[in-house]
Amino acid sequence: MAESPFKADIERVQKEYSEKMTPGAIVYIPGSSVVNKTGGWRVFMPKFNKDKCVRCFLCYTFCPEPAIYLDEESYPVFDYDYCKGCGICANECPTKAIEMVREFK
Amino acid sequence: MPMRKVMKGNEAAAWAAKLAKPKVVAAFPITPSTLVPEKISEFVADGEMDAEFIKVESEHSAISACVGASAAGVRTFTATASQGLALMHEILFIAAGMRLPIVMAIGNRALSAPINIWNDWQDTISERDTGWIQFYAENNQEALDLILIAFKVAEDERVLLPAMVGFDAFILTHTVEPVEIPDQEVVDEFLGEYVPKHAYLDPARPITQGALGFPAHYMEARYTVWEAMENARKVIKEVFDEFEKKFGRRYHMIEEYKTDDAEIILLTMGSLAGTLKEFVDKKREEGVKIGAAKMTVYRPFPIEEIKALAKKTKVLAILEKDISFGIGGAVFADTSRALINEKEKPIVLDFILGLGGRDVTFENLEEVVEISKKALEGEKVEEVNWIGLRKEIL
Repeated sequence: MAESPFKADIERVQKEYSEKMTPGAIVYIPGSSVVNKTGGWRVFMPKFNKDKCVRCFLCYTFCPEPAIYLDEESYPVFDYDYCKGCGICANECPTKAIEMVREFK
Repeated sequence: MPMRKVMKGNEAAAWAAKLAKPKVVAAFPITPSTLVPEKISEFVADGEMDAEFIKVESEHSAISACVGASAAGVRTFTATASQGLALMHEILFIAAGMRLPIVMAIGNRALSAPINIWNDWQDTISERDTGWIQFYAENNQEALDLILIAFKVAEDERVLLPAMVGFDAFILTHTVEPVEIPDQEVVDEFLGEYVPKHAYLDPARPITQGALGFPAHYMEARYTVWEAMENARKVIKEVFDEFEKKFGRRYHMIEEYKTDDAEIILLTMGSLAGTLKEFVDKKREEGVKIGAAKMTVYRPFPIEEIKALAKKTKVLAILEKDISFGIGGAVFADTSRALINEKEKPIVLDFILGLGGRDVTFENLEEVVEISKKALEGEKVEEVNWIGLRKEIL
């Protein structure tokens, strides 16, 4: 799986953010928006079937988060830390390579 | 030399704002505090005050503009009352949570329904849990002084919380009294310039304010507000001391009047304290051992001072112009909390009076003393009593 391009930022900010509560809960380090993982309240998650994928990038283009990256071969990679499970990718996919399935924890 | 001028309470608040030199004032006119923004806009228009006066279309916008300005790092002031304060409600929590030292003057007025523009404390009492420091002024001089004190306390690094100063609608806002206006240089010396260390905008120092607080952080963030409010107890007393040194007027968390040998102490806030002092003098002449006390600071609640006051008396009668439906008065509930674990405590009685601008007369106060005396003699009385209620029309 392709690595998040923000990995270094995330680790740095995560460390500083979790160590000290500031007055007014102000985040003094830029880039904190990538630390707050917003995929936690998802009900449905996209399930990807590589065999059906034609690499049209529509899922990548339409993802509003964006929680989809492309790997070296231009296949979509879903970042479940940020995917809110909206299902737009599955709706746009012309070959039905993406299916929304109920997620359990 | 300090200047003595005869002015309304609203003007005193506007003068306090002028002396404190805020950079931004955003306010919406509402009875009875309309004159505060009016006077300030006059000061700004005349070039006497170097502030940005933002005209807004509602109180919600007024406080939002203040939050923005304060978050950008300047001293900020606003004024409102009653429904206007209620409209600010959600932003009040945000201002406190973001630890922005905004100061607000409030002409304490009743809340609807029925529509009523006159005085009680229901508006500010309803906002007691927002995280704002609360002061209540007895007269116009106190309204001016407490606003200066509020700035000093709010901006203290140990506190960094917004503060509101209440002064009774019409009783103070529209009543003309002589007020001593301190010298600008002394105020400058007292307040200093506001230099924010935590919340200010600088392109070279990008920060996120008002960010999402996940369950992993929210509780700690709220605890810091609690901690700041606890620190405020100490800071307020320090500022009161400093204020006395600079201006010669003394303030207390709870100001006592003839309480040393009192069997009944009447505790109140705001302008009613003036009436109580007169009443106590009258009853003392009649030989009744009675005292009065005025709570100047309601949030943080002066728990230690209440405990000390309770030790002096057998009956603590709380006179308040507000009602928390389903329990009684809010001050009564808080006082009970302060005394709950004390071994020896007085009888605490609650008197709801003067709602919606009804005059509190000596006859009303006589009734309070009668009920307190009955309780003192061991008779069973109601804990929550409505005084001056016209039962015949119910």
